[in-house]
Amino acid sequence: MNTDAAGLGRARAFGFVLPALVLVGVFLIFPALWTIYLGLTDFRLTGLAAANPSLVGADNYLTALGDERFHTSLWLTVQFVLGSAVIGQAGLGFAIAWALRNRTGPVKRTVEGLVLLAWILPSSVVAFLWIALLDRDQGTLNAFLHTPGFAWLLDHPMASIIVFNTWRGTAFSMMLYGAALENVPPSHLETARLAGASTFQQLRDVVFPRITGHMLTNLLLISLWTFNDFTSFQITAGGPEGRSEILPVYIYNVAVSGGRLGFGAAVSFLVLLINLVLALVYLRLLRGRRGVAT
Amino acid sequence: MTGDGVTRDSVTGGGTTGDGVTRGGTAGGGRVVTVETDRVRHAVAVLGRATFLAAVAGFFALPLLWLATAPFDAHPTITASVPEFTLRNFRALLDNPYVLSSLGNSVIQAAASAALVVVLAALAAYALSRVRVPGRDALLYVLLLLSSVVTGTAAMVPIFELATRLDLIDTHLGVILTLSGGLLPAAIFILKDFMDGTPTSYEESARVFGASPLQILRHIVIPVIRPGLATIAVWAVASVWGSFLTPFILLRDPAKAPGAVILYTLYTEGGSPRLDLISTFSLLYSLPVVLMYVFVSRRYGFRFHGGIKR
Repeated sequence: MNTDAAGLGRARAFGFVLPALVLVGVFLIFPALWTIYLGLTDFRLTGLAAANPSLVGADNYLTALGDERFHTSLWLTVQFVLGSAVIGQAGLGFAIAWALRNRTGPVKRTVEGLVLLAWILPSSVVAFLWIALLDRDQGTLNAFLHTPGFAWLLDHPMASIIVFNTWRGTAFSMMLYGAALENVPPSHLETARLAGASTFQQLRDVVFPRITGHMLTNLLLISLWTFNDFTSFQITAGGPEGRSEILPVYIYNVAVSGGRLGFGAAVSFLVLLINLVLALVYLRLLRGRRGVAT
Repeated sequence: MTGDGVTRDSVTGGGTTGDGVTRGGTAGGGRVVTVETDRVRHAVAVLGRATFLAAVAGFFALPLLWLATAPFDAHPTITASVPEFTLRNFRALLDNPYVLSSLGNSVIQAAASAALVVVLAALAAYALSRVRVPGRDALLYVLLLLSSVVTGTAAMVPIFELATRLDLIDTHLGVILTLSGGLLPAAIFILKDFMDGTPTSYEESARVFGASPLQILRHIVIPVIRPGLATIAVWAVASVWGSFLTPFILLRDPAKAPGAVILYTLYTEGGSPRLDLISTFSLLYSLPVVLMYVFVSRRYGFRFHGGIKR
């Protein structure tokens, strides 16, 4: 929408944007640029290089790109994003929104309330809840399934944090798709149903074409958030033996625990580039859709 | 049409080809559906939906059980079980000098950040929605990207140095500004979408009668997008309320630390978690955000108005 209905004009519009821009500039863009600079140095938490870091050029980047641990971590992150964001949160969120559409009453309120509760609780509390749930000896899940002594976090660390992140973040997709489904005219669904279309056919032919824009925006946001989510650190800390060490945890482990701040900053920049590519792919898909739709 | 179908399939994994879309649209057109099969199908659908919703409710409720039982248990373990009822844990918790003040700190930091984010994001989103600024979309996406990467562990060293130089270490203001800067891009992004979806005709009429842009924003636009503002406010409060790393790094004085940081101090001297205190504090610490959500959703409606679409 580009009609200047309120008669704002360029100058005043800039004035409206300025306060936000200043805050973002100082506390987001400036640290980001600083991180890029740090990535070019051998800055360390302790020792000689802490007091007097020297420029090492692209060394950190070359080391990272050749590092086996970085490759593993990247692959785990891909699994994490695909499993917990794209399939888990978006898939489950859509399924719930679909099952609850044009419903009212206690069932809807209860289900929505529980899903939202998982999203709204503080992350440190949530991490404790899941440690308690999955504990080997006394966990609620083992008591519930009658599988005492099953070490979920040790034997299946990736599956555990994928299910955890699905549980944690589904609410956002559920709400977004719930609102999007209101844009689908009920009469179209009714017509399709009377014509004998199965649920799958209704979804494919009537629903999905109308909410593609919502789906892509949702996928972009939750993919970015999941890619950089640090909460799983509070549950598995990347272990055992790095088997759930997704990229944010990897950065923390090398930069803060390992003290290699310069190297950590370089990896952060690589993560930023990967996110950029991810965003560009989504934007490309969105633009392709627009070209056809309008 | 074909291009449309391919694009969508590659994202959703729908598994159909482009022309499948059009073919599927007319597939059932001539089929006669008897009343009998329709009834069976309806029953199966109702049953399937009920089972699915019950499973979802169970999945989301299971981890929460412990939070509901352990705080009231005289001898809490990690397992959720019917408690031997007591309120002693709450008294033990209040003996810790930092517990109540940490909740107060959380309120200060969360409320101030949310207010800052909502006001600045509403102003910026309105201007960006109504006035064509070159490179607007690219700018928003870059900021969104930065905000999701930089707010993590990556930029903690620069942020600490920055706060040191601006004399913001050990102040609420430092935490508030840092967290707000991180939340703003997503808030602007989501709010701009709300604004794009609202009609401009009221604003035009108001302008004809001589209202200033700020008056138009306050008296016309804000009432219309109130559910959006409420959503952003709740989201900002919940994010700040739960954030651990930023206050952990920027605050040294435990008297200024928020609940998320204090939660990690509730360990015995041997380093094992004190489950009685942790569970009780978790409950106390979670209640305000839950109550806020209930209040906001009753009062304004908590939802995405028409969804976010671009």
